[in-house]
Formats: sequence, structure tokens, C-alpha cells
Amino acid sequence: MTEQDESERVVARVLGPEGPEVSCETCFEELDRYVELELAGVDADAAIPGLRAHLEGCPACHDDHESLLSLVASDALPAE
Amino acid sequence: MSVRAAPMVRRVEPSSQPGVTHAPEPTRALDADSRRWLEELRGEGVVRDEAVARLHELLLRAARFETGRRKASHPHLRGDIDEIAQEAADDALLSVLSRLDDFRGLSRFTTWAYKFALYQASVKVRRRAWQGREIPVEDEAWSVLSSAGLEPDQEAEQSELLAAIQTGIAQALTPHQRRVLVALALNGVPIDVLAERLQTTRGALYKSLHDARRKLRAYLADAGHAVGEPLEEVS
Repeated sequence: MTEQDESERVVARVLGPEGPEVSCETCFEELDRYVELELAGVDADAAIPGLRAHLEGCPACHDDHESLLSLVASDALPAE
Repeated sequence: MSVRAAPMVRRVEPSSQPGVTHAPEPTRALDADSRRWLEELRGEGVVRDEAVARLHELLLRAARFETGRRKASHPHLRGDIDEIAQEAADDALLSVLSRLDDFRGLSRFTTWAYKFALYQASVKVRRRAWQGREIPVEDEAWSVLSSAGLEPDQEAEQSELLAAIQTGIAQALTPHQRRVLVALALNGVPIDVLAERLQTTRGALYKSLHDARRKLRAYLADAGHAVGEPLEEVS
């Protein structure tokens, strides 16, 4: 990563996403619906405005989204 | 099975989010599998007991999926990973059972249930990874910003923006907003870890972060920097 990239990354982390975003609570509430819309090829961002912006601004919710998307998509849960 | 508190999330109706317009929720009939889950979990006797046991198994598998994803980046937790998954599944089970009436049928029941287990597991992994670690102090953040500075031949505009951000953090934010922004956005402290240390919730802390970002953007705009639209408020 160049210093330019690092600089822009720092600025993005500090300033967060532009525009409206939902809260962590709403993100959790809507995450299952959002993920299934994504996997169905539906425009999830149009259906649930502000959630994508929140995922860009909140690393923890971003991780939760990545995990749920991956789990539901693969359904490759480890056997007990 | 241990008895633990439900996740630190609470229901907030989408319509309560200023600046965010939600499309009307589609009406969707429950799929057969989801309907069966609900009927059996709301049932009695052996039927319910067996459904609860199957749900716990589902949640445990989801929790193990999450801890499996995280263990590579936390090698020192390797011995605790299964214990964390078990605790996450136990807590998620209580959350799901206490919130069955919140399930709106807008996804499959299993997808809805998975998120509780993933949430519990990810929070527990982050907290366990930071157990006993100090939250980085503010001074360390300034060096992060400084080290992100550009070479002399690079754009002066970006250097000026970084300097303005540094000044804005120092001058435009309240001490609490400064602490939250610096910890979360600059020092990489997980929000759940900071929430636990400050005895608050992820949601409340993110609201503080959002307020800090909004004030910082306003400060930078006043100082003549193009930083996009002012942020809407998150409730």
C-alpha cells in the first residue's frame, strides 16, 4: 500500500461514509433480509436505504454482514 | 447451558431513522420450513424440546462457522475457540427464543437465527482478544495521522486535509467524541470492546462516532475542504 492509499484510508476511516446511514440496531434488524436480497440478485440497497453506508462506516457490522453472507451463501457449516 | 444476557441490540423501527427512507416492507408468506420452526418452538412438551435442541445445534454450527473465520487472525485464542462458540450458541438461543415475535418472515427463519449466533460469536472473539489489553491512548493516534502524511512531492491538498482533520479532532469535538473517534477510527479498537470498557452499547457508541464524524465534516467544510455532504443524524 502506498502512502497515498494509506492516507486516503485514514481519511475514510475518520470521516466515515457520506450520506444517510442506519444505526447499528437497524442494521442488525435488517441484516438477514438484506443478505437474502443480495443473494437473490435483488437491489438490496434500494430496498433498505442507508444500510450499505452503515456497513462502510461500522467495521463490526461490516464483519457481521460478511459472515452472514458467507454462511448463507455457502451453507457449508462445519460438521459437529 | 449458561444463562447470559441477550445481545446488546434493541429493536429500532426503520421509520425512526431521520434522513433514511425505507421502502415499504414486502408482504411475504412464510416458507414451509420457517413456519414449522415457529410452530414447533411455540409448541409444548417433546415437540418444543426437540425443536429447541435442533435450534441450539443450528446456532452452534453458525457460531463455529464464525469462530473458524476469526481464529486465523487470533492464534492466541485457539484453545478458547470452542468454548467461545458454545457460549455464543447458548446466548444466541436465549435471544432467539425471547424474540420469536420479532421474526417478520422477511427472510428464512434460519437466516434470521444465524445472525444472533454470528453476532454473539464475533463479539466474544473480539472481547476475548482484547482481554487485559489497554485501550490505546490518544497520543498514539496523532502518530497514525502523521505517518499517513505524504511525501513532499505529493499533493499538498491531502496534507492540508490531514492537518485540518488533526486540528478539527482537537478543537471541534467534545472529549467523549474525541476519545471515541480516535479509539475506533484511528486506533482500531473494536466497537464492542470499547462499549464494554465504557459500559455502553455498540449502538450508543456508534451514535457518538457518527456525531463526531458529522462535526468534523462540518469543521472541515467551514475550513474550505471538500468533504462531501454533511451527514444525516443517526438516532
